[in-house]
Amino acid sequence: MSAEIIDRIVENVLQGRRDSEDEGVDEGYYGQPGVTELVKEALGKEVPLEKILSDGLSRGMTMVGQKYETGEYFIPDMLAAAEAVAAAMEVLEPQLLESGRQEDRGKVLIATVEKDQHDIGKNLVCIMLRGAGFSVVDLGINVPAKRIAEAAASEKAGLVGLSALLDTTMPYMRSTIEELEKSNLRDRVKVMIGGAPTSDSFAREIGADAHGKDAFAAVKIAEKFLPGEGNR
Amino acid sequence: MSREGVTLENPYRRLKEEQVELIHHTSLELLQDPGVLVFNEEAVSLLADAGAKTTLTKEGEYEAWWVSIPPAVVQSAVESAPSRVVMGAREPDNALVLDAREYRVHFGTGSETNFWLDIKPESFVSEENKDNRRVFPSITKRRGTVSDLCRSAHLAENLDNLDFFLRNVNIQDPDITESNKDVNKFFASLNNTTKHVMGGLTDFKQMDSVLQMAEIIAGGREELLQNPLISFITSVIKSPLQVVDETAAKLMAVARLGLPVVISSSPQGGSTAPIEEAGMVAQVNAEVLTGIVINQLARPGAPVIYGAVPVRARMDDLHDMYGVPEFVYYTTSCAQMASYYGVPCYSSAGVADARVPGMQAAAEKMFAHATAPRAAPDLVHYAFGLLEKTNTFCPEQAVLDNHHIGMVKFLFRDPEITGEDMERVKKTVGEVMKSPHRLYARYARRMLRKGGIFPSYPFEGDKDDQDETLLQAHERVKEIMEKPPQHLPEEVCRKIFDQVEGLLPRINPYGG
Repeated sequence: MSAEIIDRIVENVLQGRRDSEDEGVDEGYYGQPGVTELVKEALGKEVPLEKILSDGLSRGMTMVGQKYETGEYFIPDMLAAAEAVAAAMEVLEPQLLESGRQEDRGKVLIATVEKDQHDIGKNLVCIMLRGAGFSVVDLGINVPAKRIAEAAASEKAGLVGLSALLDTTMPYMRSTIEELEKSNLRDRVKVMIGGAPTSDSFAREIGADAHGKDAFAAVKIAEKFLPGEGNR
Repeated sequence: MSREGVTLENPYRRLKEEQVELIHHTSLELLQDPGVLVFNEEAVSLLADAGAKTTLTKEGEYEAWWVSIPPAVVQSAVESAPSRVVMGAREPDNALVLDAREYRVHFGTGSETNFWLDIKPESFVSEENKDNRRVFPSITKRRGTVSDLCRSAHLAENLDNLDFFLRNVNIQDPDITESNKDVNKFFASLNNTTKHVMGGLTDFKQMDSVLQMAEIIAGGREELLQNPLISFITSVIKSPLQVVDETAAKLMAVARLGLPVVISSSPQGGSTAPIEEAGMVAQVNAEVLTGIVINQLARPGAPVIYGAVPVRARMDDLHDMYGVPEFVYYTTSCAQMASYYGVPCYSSAGVADARVPGMQAAAEKMFAHATAPRAAPDLVHYAFGLLEKTNTFCPEQAVLDNHHIGMVKFLFRDPEITGEDMERVKKTVGEVMKSPHRLYARYARRMLRKGGIFPSYPFEGDKDDQDETLLQAHERVKEIMEKPPQHLPEEVCRKIFDQVEGLLPRINPYGG
C-alpha cells in the first residue's frame, strides 16, 4: 500500500502537480489528487516521514533533474515539479519541525537588494531551493541591507542569497555584506549572489562566498553550504 | 497522405486587383505585339492551328517565327490547365499535392550549382598571441561531382522542412558526358531520397532513359502516371520572349506523357527584362503564359506549373542578385499572378549572394525566406544551401536553412484566439495572481507539449567571443551523413542498371 502511494507521489512530482486543480505534463490528470493530497493521504496511512521525503519527493525531483539533463524536460517542468514539492513540504511542516530536521540544517534567506525591483530570478531560486527541500525565507524586492541583516539574525539563516539585476544596485550587495559583518553574523552566515550583471569575480571583490549563474547553481551552492538530510 | 508543407489562410497580396488586371492585359498585349519569337517549328504549327498569326524570319543561321498569340488562345490554355497537380514520391507519404486554390507552400532545393563547399574544423593559433588557439571552420570550394549529388539527396531526405528534391549540384566528373549526364543525375537523386525528384534534361535524347528508370521504380508507365515520382523543369523561354527550339520539344513531349512540368522563366531585371516591377512582372507573366499555351496545345489538361524566377541585375557587374528587396517584389507579384490564373506556382526564396555561410548569407536568406513564401506559391525552390547566387551549394548551409525555414513556417501559423482560449487566459491569470511568485512558467508546459513553442536555436555555441554556428551545423551534417541512405531495393537497382544505358557502375550501391 505504502509503495503504491509513494509511486503516485513520484508520478505527480514528475507531472508537476501541486493539487487536483493542476494540469500535468501529460493529458488527463486534471481532477486527480496532486502531490499535497497524496502526501496527506500517506500521512493518514502512517507512511513514515522519511519514506515520503526520500522515496517520494526527493526521488521524484531527482528523476525530474535527469529528464532535464536529457532534454526531455524544460525549465517550466522543473519549476512546476519544484512547486509541487514545495507545497508538499508545507503540508509536512509540523512533522518536519517535530523531527528537528529543518532546525539542523539552517534556513536560506533570499532578497533582491535595495532599490532593485526585479524578482524573476530571485523567485526561480526560491522555488528551486524549496523544491530541493530547503526552508526558504523570501524577503521580497527592494530590501535594505539593515533589514536583511536583522532577518538573518532573527530567522537564524545559514545562507543569505542576494539578487540584483541592475549594475546600479549591485553596490548594495557589498553594503549588505558589510551590514552582516557589523552585526557579527558573517562567521555563521554564508552569502551567495546572483543576477545578470554579477559574476564570480564580482563575488570575490565584495567578499561574497559564492556566485550562482542560475537557479540550479544556487541549489548546488546551498547544498554545499548547508549540508544535511533535508528531504534527501 | 502527402507532405503537409505550410498552409496560409491569408496569403500576402502585394498587388491590388486592378494592378493584377493591368499586368494581365499588358502581358496579353505583349503576346500579340511584338509577340514571341519561336524557334521550334512544331510549336509554331500548334500555335498557328490555334489561331496565332505567324511570320517566318531568320535569326542568324536559324529559322524563327514571330508569333502573335491572341488573348482567346491564352485564355483557353489557362482554363484547361489543372489547378491541382499531384507530384508523387518513392515514399507515398512524401507526395506533394499542389492546389492553386489552397495556398499550401512546399520548400525544396534547386539550381544546379557548379561548386560545392566542404567545411572542415581546423585549429588556428593567433600570430599576436600564441596562447590564443581557436577552431574555425575551414572552407574549401571545389567542383561538384555525382557523389556530391548522392550525398545531397541523402541530406535532403533527412531535412524535415525539405519537401522536394530538385537536383542541386552540377555533376562534373571526368566520366560524365552530355550523353550520360541526365540518367546519372536522376539516378543519384532517386536512389538517395524518397521525396519527390525534379530535374531538367540536359539532353532531350536521354528522356526515354530517364523515363524508363522512373517506370522501373514506380512499377510501370501507368503506375508512374498515378504516382509521378519525377517531374521536369523546362526553361522553355529565353528572355525576352523567345521560345527555345529543343526545350520546346521537351515541353511538348513531357506534356504528351502527362507528367508534371514546370515552365520556368528567369529573366534578369535590367538586362533581359525591364528592371521596374511593372515591366518585369508583365514580361515574365507573358513568358510563362506562352509556355502554358504550348503545353496545353500539346495536350489539353496536362499538369503544368507556373514557374517564375525573376531576378535583378547587379548594377556594377550585371550578375544576378537575389539578396535585394526587388527580388521579393518580383517574386510575390508573380505568385499572385499564378494564383489569379488558378495554376500552381513554382517560386523561389533563400538564395544568398554571399559566397560563404555567415552574416551576409543569413541576412539575405532569412529576408527572402520570411517574405517571398508569404505570397503562397505551391513550390519554393532554391531554398536550401545556395550561396554565391546559385553557383555554390554548401550542406552545412542547407542544414541551417532547414532550421530557418522551420522558423518561417512557425511564423506563418495563424493566430489561435478563440472564446475558449480567452476563458483559459482569465482562469490562468486569476490563478497566477493569487500564487506566491506570480509566475506563468508552469502554464507554459501546455504549449510546450503541443508544439506551440518554437525550440531554441540548435546551432548555438557556448563561447563569449566566437560564433560557432557553422561548426555546430557541421556536426549536424556529419550526423546525417552517417545515417544509412534510403537506397532503392537491390532488385530495382539491378533492373535499372541492366536496362538503362549510361549509368556509372560506381553509383550502384549494390556494386557493379
